[in-house]
Amino acid sequence: MSWDNELLERAHKIIELYPQKRSALGPLLYLAQEKDGFISDDSIVEISNLVDITEVQVKSVSSFYSMYKEEQTGTYLLSVCKSISCEINDSRSVINSVKEFTGLENYETDQDKLFTFEEVECIGACGGAPAVQVNYETVEGLTPEKTIEMCEWLKNDKPEIIVADQLQNKFGGTKSFDWAIEDNTGSAYTVPGFQNIGTAKEKDN
Amino acid sequence: MKETLLLTKHMRDFPENSHNIDVYEKNNGYSALKKVLKEDNPENVINEIKDSNIRGRGGAGFPTGVKWGFLAEDEDRYLVINGDESEPGTFKDRILLERDPHQLIEGVIITCFASNIKKAFIYIRGEYAKPARRVQEAVEQAYEKGYLGDNILGTNLSLDIVVHLGAGAYICGEETALLNSLEGKRGEPRLKPPYFPAVMGLYNKPTLVNNVETISSVPWIINNSGKEYAKLGVEGSTGTRIFSLSGHVRTPGNFEIEMGKSFGEFVDTFGNGIKDDKKVKAYIPGGASAPWFTGDQLDIKMTIDDVANAGSMLGSGAVVVMDEDTNLVYAAKSIVSFFAHESCGQCTPCREGTTWLEMILERIASGRGRLSDISLLVDVCDNISPGLSWPPKMTTICPLGPSAVSPITSLLDNFSDELMKMLPTKIPIAQ
Ligand SMILES: Cc1cc2nc3c(=O)[nH]c(=O)nc-3n(C[C@H](O)[C@H](O)[C@H](O)COP(=O)(O)O)c2cc1C
Ligand code: SF4
Ligand code: FES
Repeated sequence: MSWDNELLERAHKIIELYPQKRSALGPLLYLAQEKDGFISDDSIVEISNLVDITEVQVKSVSSFYSMYKEEQTGTYLLSVCKSISCEINDSRSVINSVKEFTGLENYETDQDKLFTFEEVECIGACGGAPAVQVNYETVEGLTPEKTIEMCEWLKNDKPEIIVADQLQNKFGGTKSFDWAIEDNTGSAYTVPGFQNIGTAKEKDN
Repeated sequence: MKETLLLTKHMRDFPENSHNIDVYEKNNGYSALKKVLKEDNPENVINEIKDSNIRGRGGAGFPTGVKWGFLAEDEDRYLVINGDESEPGTFKDRILLERDPHQLIEGVIITCFASNIKKAFIYIRGEYAKPARRVQEAVEQAYEKGYLGDNILGTNLSLDIVVHLGAGAYICGEETALLNSLEGKRGEPRLKPPYFPAVMGLYNKPTLVNNVETISSVPWIINNSGKEYAKLGVEGSTGTRIFSLSGHVRTPGNFEIEMGKSFGEFVDTFGNGIKDDKKVKAYIPGGASAPWFTGDQLDIKMTIDDVANAGSMLGSGAVVVMDEDTNLVYAAKSIVSFFAHESCGQCTPCREGTTWLEMILERIASGRGRLSDISLLVDVCDNISPGLSWPPKMTTICPLGPSAVSPITSLLDNFSDELMKMLPTKIPIAQ
């Protein structure tokens, strides 16, 4: 499906931020992923028109970056860090508990399109290893038990907006540093919640 | 040993709202900007930075004042802040973005004033959604208060800042890859020469690329003078640095200290020693790219030059401590896998070599290794970085390829017994 006017309007606003249209390519790919949960062929056509490059050029860029997904993601993208600080703090057991709960292997999505699971490289939460992101919202200091609890909560409560602070308060442990300032904004898609691309959503208390 | 708080002072003093512009302003925030606007002498600003002797905090440690001096003349010039922070073990820019975004923005405005730049980009890794939100919010507040946009604080200075999100590629931390990424291209490093950012950078225009921590230091230097800054730390490594401490320490975290103390003292004082009172087997002094030191080398001083002379690098300032029970073959495999995954694929030695190293280590780690795997590892490493020397010789466009060699030489030089232990005692029969 091609993009509706609302999405196109957001796209044009993003393009205006940059001296050259093509710089908006990355942010526009996030819009595509927000729309379909992955980068669809239709969106590739749409974006190639918006920034005046060929479809192959768009595809060549989208396939380079790991946050643009080629297959449809579930509602919740579970990204478990496996880099060095997490590895030596037993990220394997967190990975195993996610696998066990969801029945998924790396890069798989379940039939109900609820969870996508991936093992990722360092997410800058090494002081709170092992660390996980849900739709790019960080939780630090997880244990296998807390990880399962978190997955259960996502499955049962189906929160519309994922907020790092809420995840951390409910399920997290040791943090990389004192987060201090409570935040209510997060993401509702498998893309980072960020104002410039219109994906930052505020949660009602 | 105590922390010296320059960059992390404001966030410590006002934990509840250090990110808010009113709180920042009330506590001397934007005073450095007002000072330089009043003096109206860009050359002075560059001289203060030169006097401070600050070296870039992104990993390469290049003197910032010298870099600013290289920026070629042009009507369009850009500043790009490198907030791609993805080196495993590193989480210091995250705290600066999240907890004190105005300090960075003030640094950006002063830098642009000094170098006559009218457009700046803050490139933040895609996984840092929350830090990026905080920075964007702060940018909007700064526009409202007249610190950004046209005629900043009534002067004829104009500046726009765009906060840009990356999309999950470590290599975009390399400055020329970052510029490609910002141009909407694959994040592949460019050849230097000719693509030195200061001459042919973003959109082929002269561009300054600086790390978040580097530019966050600018307001303090302007307020207190470069000479005052240079009094902190030691010669060649002036000022403070935020070290990210992680691994098997009791209390991990970011700690801002003057450079020059030993790693052992640092780990004891701020990490409160090792969990369960274990011993240190090895530690990484500067992020996953850096060769490891052993537990017997904890007296090495935390300066750029001391660490380099001892055969590694202070890099991104990430200290990862591994206790006596750590399986170092697994640790090396984790790091090699990282580089294999993050190789951009342009150079054959890096693309193929890192993949091979990963597969060989995987085989050894799973107990199916062979004695010949050791020489195979050395051979592949030698193709990526001939001679396995430090600093590494390069056969590739950027240093990512040679970085994958670091954990292997670390194993071979100091922990070859661990590798040997993982080899099966019986010779497997080919099937
Ligand atoms: C593979 C690779 C990854 C890098 N990642 C980062 C990074 O995440 N952040 C950063 O500031 N610099 C990174 N750098 C260093 C940059 O290329 C560049 O030197 C730095 O941003 C310059 O800023 P500085 O002088 O303020 O340190 C990386 C370099 C390489 C080769
Ligand atoms: S060394 Fe590796 S990451 Fe760097 S340019 Fe070559 S292939 Fe890309
Ligand atoms: S190593 Fe896992 S967050 Fe950095």
